Amino acid sequence: MAMISIDAVSKWYGSFQVLADCTTQIDRGEVVVVCGPSGSGKSTLIKCINALEPFQQGSITVDGTRVNDPATNLPRLRARVGMVFQHFELFPHLSITENLALAQVQVLGRSREESMDRGLKLLDRVGLREHASKFPGQLSGGQQQRVAIARALAMDPIAMLFDEPTSALDPEMINEVLDVMVELAREGMTMVVVTHEMGFARKVAHRVVFMDQGRIVEDRAKEAFFGESAQAGLSVRAREFLSKILSH
Amino acid sequence: MSHLEFDVIWRTWPYVLGGLQYTVQLTVVATVGGILFGTLLAMLRLASNPVLASIAAGYVNFMRSVPLLLVIFWFYFLMPVIAQWVTGADRPPSIGAQNSAYITFVLFEAAFFCEIMRAGIQSIPRGQPQAAMALGMSYGQTMRFVILPQALRNMLPVLLTQTIILFQDVSLVSLLNVTDFVGAASKIAQRDSRIVEMYLFVAVVYFLMCTGLSRLVRWLQAHVAIPR
Repeated sequence: MAMISIDAVSKWYGSFQVLADCTTQIDRGEVVVVCGPSGSGKSTLIKCINALEPFQQGSITVDGTRVNDPATNLPRLRARVGMVFQHFELFPHLSITENLALAQVQVLGRSREESMDRGLKLLDRVGLREHASKFPGQLSGGQQQRVAIARALAMDPIAMLFDEPTSALDPEMINEVLDVMVELAREGMTMVVVTHEMGFARKVAHRVVFMDQGRIVEDRAKEAFFGESAQAGLSVRAREFLSKILSH
Repeated sequence: MSHLEFDVIWRTWPYVLGGLQYTVQLTVVATVGGILFGTLLAMLRLASNPVLASIAAGYVNFMRSVPLLLVIFWFYFLMPVIAQWVTGADRPPSIGAQNSAYITFVLFEAAFFCEIMRAGIQSIPRGQPQAAMALGMSYGQTMRFVILPQALRNMLPVLLTQTIILFQDVSLVSLLNVTDFVGAASKIAQRDSRIVEMYLFVAVVYFLMCTGLSRLVRWLQAHVAIPR
């Protein structure tokens, strides 16, 4: 059974439709890259998965729990789905270790000691152990984003959502973040990644979803999206998009 | 006119000090109570529930458009009546001028602290509450651990400025014949005909305390600022 199942989701801001009849599924351990021009609704779609954005039609199920059911305990569901944001969103008034421990203590009810321990192990993993006592504002963008990934992993998520995790970074910092994500993908984490990093998609994605004007235009296995022979089968819109972002 | 004689200050010091103590107490209570109640009002004003939001907005706008002097006066007379109505007692309970002043100042200052806290909460980027909620935090946890600590720190200078204004406004309680610092000094001034001396003395003390408070603000800002 699919871990995340998105079924005919539509969303409007007033009379403007941002999502139109979006349907797709993400299996356990699958890495799905979502791409498309800006304003195509890709960020909105992944924020619907953990109900940060409400939607008016359709339904989303995460590990058997219906997101848009009023009876669903949303905080509990969100605690199980990690999310990484474009602008990192570390808590600037807390040290790196406090950032990692806060939700573990307050949401999962872990002891402070255990949370700190777990936080430090994850910092080790993203190569930032020596920055543990610093504050977010003292780290570079790439470092902050790696901390943000560690913070999400500290909750032992069943899946991870990435909302343009590298698009606010200086070019030289993109790779350090992508490396962490590649490693995570290879360990079998279920991931939905909104990104324009096609190199990342080629390397670890199982499937690529292409969106335009709120619709899912393409939803294909990686080989059927990037392969030479596949190009002919793609929609005009997707081919245009790909030629633009792959040309340099 | 005779020359100035400041020995009146040393003679009457214990009495005036009692007034100063009350002024400081009222300032502290009104600041702490006002920030707590004001923060609650700010959260209501920003709530998605339109009924709660407009009740809070109405309260704030009402308090901010009536002079403090009138609020002190009306509350002094109205509070016993309201208390009687709420408790259903036979006669209005006696609240006393001092307690009436405490309650009035908390309720009045809350309106101003509300607007400061509202600005503070709104100054936090939208991604912050989203990140907190994405980690599974409830609305209350998000407010308590993520939004309010940042809002308070960002707004610290404005909050302390409001406290300095409040410290000076406390002198208005003399309307209720409560002996605050200014009240005590003016009673002595009139009794001993040492008006210039006493009012000079009061002004100097106010000046020293307010500059001290401003210094404290600057020190605090440097020490609790969020590293960027």
